[in-house]
Amino acid sequence: MRVLGIETSCDETGIALYDTEQGLCADALFSQIEMHAGYGGVVPELASRDHIRRILPLIEKVLADANLQRQQLDAICYTAGPGLVGALMVGASTAHGLAHALNIPVLGVHHMEGHLLAPMLEENPPAYPFVALLVSGGHTQLVDVAGHGDYRLLGESIDDAAGEAFDKVAKMLGLSYPGGPSVSRLAEQGDPTALRFPRPMTDRPGLDFSFSGLKTHTLTCLRQMDADNALTEQGRANVARAFEEAVIDTIVIKCRRALEQTGRDRLVVAGGVSANQRLRAQLEPALRKKCPTARVFYPAARFCTDNGAMIAYAGALRLQGGERDSSGPVVTARWPLAELSPTTAPSSEHHAHG
Amino acid sequence: MSMRPLRVLALDASSSACSVALWQGQAGCAGALSGHYEVAPRQHMRKLLPMVDAVLSEAGITLDEVDALAYGVGPGSFTGLRIAAGTAQGLAFGADKPLIGISTLAALALQACRDGASGQVCAALDARMDEIYVGCFAVDSASGSPRVTALDQERVIAPQHLGLPEGSFMAIGAGFNYLDRMPEQVQQQLVLHSKDVEPDAREIAQLAALELAAQRLNAPAEVQPVYLRNNVAQRSTRGPLD
Repeated sequence: MRVLGIETSCDETGIALYDTEQGLCADALFSQIEMHAGYGGVVPELASRDHIRRILPLIEKVLADANLQRQQLDAICYTAGPGLVGALMVGASTAHGLAHALNIPVLGVHHMEGHLLAPMLEENPPAYPFVALLVSGGHTQLVDVAGHGDYRLLGESIDDAAGEAFDKVAKMLGLSYPGGPSVSRLAEQGDPTALRFPRPMTDRPGLDFSFSGLKTHTLTCLRQMDADNALTEQGRANVARAFEEAVIDTIVIKCRRALEQTGRDRLVVAGGVSANQRLRAQLEPALRKKCPTARVFYPAARFCTDNGAMIAYAGALRLQGGERDSSGPVVTARWPLAELSPTTAPSSEHHAHG
Repeated sequence: MSMRPLRVLALDASSSACSVALWQGQAGCAGALSGHYEVAPRQHMRKLLPMVDAVLSEAGITLDEVDALAYGVGPGSFTGLRIAAGTAQGLAFGADKPLIGISTLAALALQACRDGASGQVCAALDARMDEIYVGCFAVDSASGSPRVTALDQERVIAPQHLGLPEGSFMAIGAGFNYLDRMPEQVQQQLVLHSKDVEPDAREIAQLAALELAAQRLNAPAEVQPVYLRNNVAQRSTRGPLD
């Protein structure tokens, strides 16, 4: 089955073609990062406007790269949520129009299921069960994955997502958006012994995260340094270092606890923040202190952030199980991952019709 | 020898209304129109494709037998324009048909002449934020197929700053709910036709038929929404530590 995947939930237009027999045939992405950079974050209306400009040209590119005609598609999947409703509607409308004309099945896919299944596209995919850490600009979640579609939320951020905290701290430091790479780059120059920031919510049990207080702590610290005329380039680098270490330590501690609680020894890490080198360096060694067989799985770098391949793949599994959009396109801004099941299509509750 | 008729399928989701229409006829002729129109706020995404099916099946044809698709490119509800754009682009690309973009203001102007009238029409939509989308047109319904010619630039403007070309105009569209804010001179030029109408795919199909006859056709990806309002985001002017 040749499945076209369409991802438009935030600020990347991702299109891919996945063949259930041959694997990934082609994928293409347009990132809007530069467009939103001047605004310090994603502007939903601008994101939607760009998706509708990019979506068909990217579909044409993917078909050409795979050397296929549109009539050779067997099904279409699109991200139905969670995400920016206006942006999701672009993908949903286009997917349904195209599927209607081609007279092929179409299915709305859960964005986070796409992320947590993305490592399945790799050479050595993790076996079920595992724990997934989904960490990006929009989400920070720990999910117990007993099997396909069998998800239990273990913990999540009660305020800012980790990537969002990086973005906001980047802004405070006068660094470019997105904040993850720019803060990490500056942190390289920082003295790790100069400052120590709190590790939020690690002093109590539970697997929830909170990064809002850490963000405020960072701002207070920068303002104090500014008042003391101590906001030198080295001072700023020390702050970046202290902030990054606090975020990464917090994530590592929660991941270790999640494996302990669930008795799993496999961890899947996906989402934009999974590209963070400090996280990658610390995570597996830290987990192995408590669980010697612990192993961490990452998607390919280009599938850590939003992409069409994960949507095509996640959708293909469900299409093979007979799932279809039965009552037209559906998008939903909020859609808890735990509502999914191995065989049932998403319920119509929580869903907004455009 | 009778020629196979030309066919255009048009979609519109630019307002609280949602509509699909089919035009069938010979190039340069009035043609036959059929369509569905429904006021269905926030349901456009779900309504459009079933409407397409209904219109096609009532005409006894399939999408393959359509020569071109069209949609109302705007101005109008940003989200609605993109729902129509995505659906129409998807359909046109999938069926390998050209796509035609039609101004919702031009469609509204033509709607003012459904009774066969001709003359100058000013079409205006409510752009919210105390502004209107507005454009002036000359509509000629005398010949078999109606012609709509733009007399000025379509624009988004505060009603009190509106100015019109010379002459009197039939006024149509929800933008004229702001009639009392328009300059006295403008008010004197206007003869109110209707305030409580929305663009309809019937006129979009008619106007697209003219484009089809003239072979002014586009690849689906090229036909993008026309928002008119483009300053939709403010760049941050706050200092890093504010």
